[in-house]
Amino acid sequence: MHSGLMNAVKGTIFAIKRYAIHDGPSIRTTVFFKGCPLSCIWCHNPEGLKPSIEVVTDNDRCVGCGACVEACSALALSLSPDGIARDETRCTLGMECVRVCPALAHEATGWETDVPALMAELMKDRPFYEQSGGGVTFSGGEPLQQPAFLLEVLKACGKGHIHRAVDTCGHAPTDTLLEIAEHADLFLFDLKQMDSDAHQRFTGVPNERILQNIAALVDAGTALRIRFPLIPGINTDEANIRATGAFVSALPGVGEIDLLPYQGAAKSKYARLGMENPGAKLVPPGAEEKTRTMEILKEYGLRVRFGG
Amino acid sequence: MNNRIQRLRKESFDAKPSLSIERALIETEFYRENLGKHSLPVLRALTFKEICQRKTLYIGDGELIVGERGPSPKCVPTFPELTCHSVEDLHTLKNRPMTNYDIAEEDILAYEEKVIPYWQGRSMRERIFSHTPPEWKAAYEAGLFTEFMEQRAPGHTVLDGTIYTTGMLDLKNKITDRIGRLDYLNDPEAADRAEQLKAMDIACDAAMIFAQRHAELAETMAESETDPERKAELEHIAAVCRHVPANPPRTFHEALQMYWFVHLGTVTELNGWDSMSPGHLDQHLHPFYEAGMADGSLDRDQAKELVSCLWIKVNNQTAPPKVGVTARESGTYNDFSQINLGGVDVDGNDASNEISYIILEVVDELRLLQPQPSVHIGKNSPDRLLKATARVIRNGLGYPAVFNTDIVIAEMLRAGKTLADAREGGTSGCIETGAFGKEAYILTGYLNVPKILEVTLNNGTDPLTGKKVGIETGDPLEFQSFDDLCQAFAKQLEYVVELKVKVNNYIERMYAKHSPAPFLSAVIHDCIENGKDYYDGGPRYNTTYIQCCGLGTATDSLSAIKTHVFDEAGLPMGELLKALGNNFESEEALRLKLWNRTPFFGNDDDHADEIAVRIFETLFETIDGRPNTKGTLYHMNMLSTTCHIYFGKMLGATPNGRLAFLPESDGTSPSHGADRNGPTAVVKSLGKLDQTKTGGTLLNQRFLPDVLASEQDLDNLGQLIRTYFHLGGHHIQFNIVDTDTLRKAQEKPEEYRNLLVRVAGYSDYFTDLDQDHQEEIIHRTAQQSA
Repeated sequence: MHSGLMNAVKGTIFAIKRYAIHDGPSIRTTVFFKGCPLSCIWCHNPEGLKPSIEVVTDNDRCVGCGACVEACSALALSLSPDGIARDETRCTLGMECVRVCPALAHEATGWETDVPALMAELMKDRPFYEQSGGGVTFSGGEPLQQPAFLLEVLKACGKGHIHRAVDTCGHAPTDTLLEIAEHADLFLFDLKQMDSDAHQRFTGVPNERILQNIAALVDAGTALRIRFPLIPGINTDEANIRATGAFVSALPGVGEIDLLPYQGAAKSKYARLGMENPGAKLVPPGAEEKTRTMEILKEYGLRVRFGG
Repeated sequence: MNNRIQRLRKESFDAKPSLSIERALIETEFYRENLGKHSLPVLRALTFKEICQRKTLYIGDGELIVGERGPSPKCVPTFPELTCHSVEDLHTLKNRPMTNYDIAEEDILAYEEKVIPYWQGRSMRERIFSHTPPEWKAAYEAGLFTEFMEQRAPGHTVLDGTIYTTGMLDLKNKITDRIGRLDYLNDPEAADRAEQLKAMDIACDAAMIFAQRHAELAETMAESETDPERKAELEHIAAVCRHVPANPPRTFHEALQMYWFVHLGTVTELNGWDSMSPGHLDQHLHPFYEAGMADGSLDRDQAKELVSCLWIKVNNQTAPPKVGVTARESGTYNDFSQINLGGVDVDGNDASNEISYIILEVVDELRLLQPQPSVHIGKNSPDRLLKATARVIRNGLGYPAVFNTDIVIAEMLRAGKTLADAREGGTSGCIETGAFGKEAYILTGYLNVPKILEVTLNNGTDPLTGKKVGIETGDPLEFQSFDDLCQAFAKQLEYVVELKVKVNNYIERMYAKHSPAPFLSAVIHDCIENGKDYYDGGPRYNTTYIQCCGLGTATDSLSAIKTHVFDEAGLPMGELLKALGNNFESEEALRLKLWNRTPFFGNDDDHADEIAVRIFETLFETIDGRPNTKGTLYHMNMLSTTCHIYFGKMLGATPNGRLAFLPESDGTSPSHGADRNGPTAVVKSLGKLDQTKTGGTLLNQRFLPDVLASEQDLDNLGQLIRTYFHLGGHHIQFNIVDTDTLRKAQEKPEEYRNLLVRVAGYSDYFTDLDQDHQEEIIHRTAQQSA
């Protein structure tokens, strides 16, 4: 049943989460695609930013057994007083260290997969999708960064009658987006900041294309949920909330917005990846701020819910 | 909660558990005088009657449902005929740090003088232990199994709806009728049956005397009562006690009091495991509720108040104290009364009703230790019931537990019950399946499955003591394949199970002969018709269960050996055994490899789950279908209560990377921290076991509170439960609490006295648990939302 094409198309992902209950309706499995065109300073999945797979080492876990040093065919590793030292110039990403470490101190930031392998994982929770009306959500990173793979997985899910949601930042060629939309049942579309300059400043890209893409999806009759991440200092000023409200309420047939309050939970991830956390000073919104945002958005005739 | 319930609740919550020697004194005096004058059943019935005639009564201020097992709330009688506590035991009970019981020094002296000398050498516990063969003792002392009946009587008794239509006078008529039909010409047991029936008749009288005394006390109290409202209540209580249990109840109030007198009777007569339970209380009460609402004599608030009064009454009945191994396997004040809600009626229709919802409100408001509610969800149960249940679960009390009606019925059909009896059945204790009102389903003790594997890996020897506790099943170094190991394990298992069964069968006869329970027999079908005692095969169904513990630990250990010793062949068996013997000292890398690089149960990974199924089937084949002494059969069920902690302490390091003496996995749950793919994967793994072959399994799940924050989250939890049940799951229960809260409760127990957590098939106050149990709960995998 698996075509040659399905096997041939590979994708890179960095996580599969089961019992995902905040990524679309009901009980779902969420697949996290690796690579993102944006670099939001509040990103809570920094391991999904780069498209390539890396190895990260957590020396707190290392028990100093030396198994990885022995296994590494590129001779990139050595035991040091602080744990394992990696010579990045030698490392060929052969992943021997990841495979042998008993303590899981070496971790790959993702893995390559193909459609049959991914489908086998996604089908495991089929009884839950069927019972609850849930399904699968493709998130990331940005799933549209790997459109060929995404398309094939969506088709395979379609054949299996599994509900498909795509969680996107919307920064992708419109044609690609519309082609994907033909094989998706729902889009979870992030609307981060209405002012393009601010969008550029906080995410690395302007927002014109994103806003156009929302309109294009609405035109094409795609089921869509708009998700507004609430991040104090970034997008919770009244002007932005009002602009968001005006924009969303003007989209025919949408009428609803999901608020996702910033949780501030990724600090340890940045540390493990050896990355600087650009959002280190961000804080979650307070209860008052959340209520105020909701009240303003309601003025635009929108149904507002928290989570999603 | 209205004022009355608030006050009664507080009194019950604050009362300190204590011991009463009154029952022991009455019983001892009576036995001294009367042993030998009557048949044993009649002696037991007369003893029960004597207690009902003489025991101190209690009617508390503001109470509507009346009667206590001891002289006051949370004051527990002792049962020296089963276990005669020594002076040292009593001091231990008084002074031990956890689950202690107050007792006055003068009572200890009186016990020493009047009770102990008579029962020494005569108690059931001493007689059992004096009979057990040395091989049994060696295995028992090694922690291969426990023995339930050394301190408490067999029990697990639940009522059906009979007592709501049949009073004691009706039962007496039935007994008289049955005596009249005894066939002395052809039935060699006719004389024995006559004695049993005579005893049941006396026991019914005893229960009526007990009620009449309460009526008299209430009347006396009413006479001197100055508050006219309370005076009227006391007069009403007197009228209720004059009517039930002699006659069937006519009102909601009488129905509750009827149950309560029967409950008290059975737990006063003997000290059966898991107290007594009313079964499907919502179904039983509903007709009285409807009638009361229709004629205007009852409103919803009054019904709720009366149900609350019953709840407080059950909470007042602290579990009788346990010592030794039995205290370690279930150290709690909880006596395990479980009340079933929902389920189906005898025609298979959804049976949830307004009382189900009233009871869910009551348990959520009262937050008491016991009784604990369970909600029975079948394919035709409404989502409203599931959501109301999830709403209470969210509050983090650890209850209600949720059971799968359809599988519970299937289990009973497999075990030979009729469809109608199966539908009227349900679960009691923790998760045990039984036909309510018609079955003696006796739990006999826990089986330490990982320990059996440990002994197998040491060719019959316990590596912790060097003693031979099993049989020689082959030197593991000689095993050529994983199958060789599995076969050796199966042989070792068979040996241990047979040791246990032999002694169980002896104990069954001991209880049948020396400790009949005539009152209990009178209220369980078909003891009267059979003219036989509850313990002697009198009931319509008679099951003997062995409870298997540690499936997760055993599976993961075998999986580790299969993966690393046989499949990948990188780890020599000798090296593994040496590391286990040294508790992985200087072998942390190996331990981590086993822990991190082995397929474990609870991840929806067939590599591990197939091993779980294999162990499960081996247990089933070894236990199920063995004859007990009642002409019926042994079955298995899979729960551990808190025994996985005791068993863990008796277990060295295991091949799954678990260090020595830490808890083993509980019930049928995955090992702590071994389930790494979330709750759907856990449920899928559990769904691969053919649970219909058991008398119950137990799945603990711990969720962080944010997983149940929104209304949708509650719906999703409901769907998770429904999916598990579609996959054939028997039971699931949840702790909704974060680690931070539990740590704070350890630091400042005085601020967290109300914090209920799910321990095993029941909830307990976190601060009442000892350190081991607290840590065990903290180390359960906390499922987060993705």
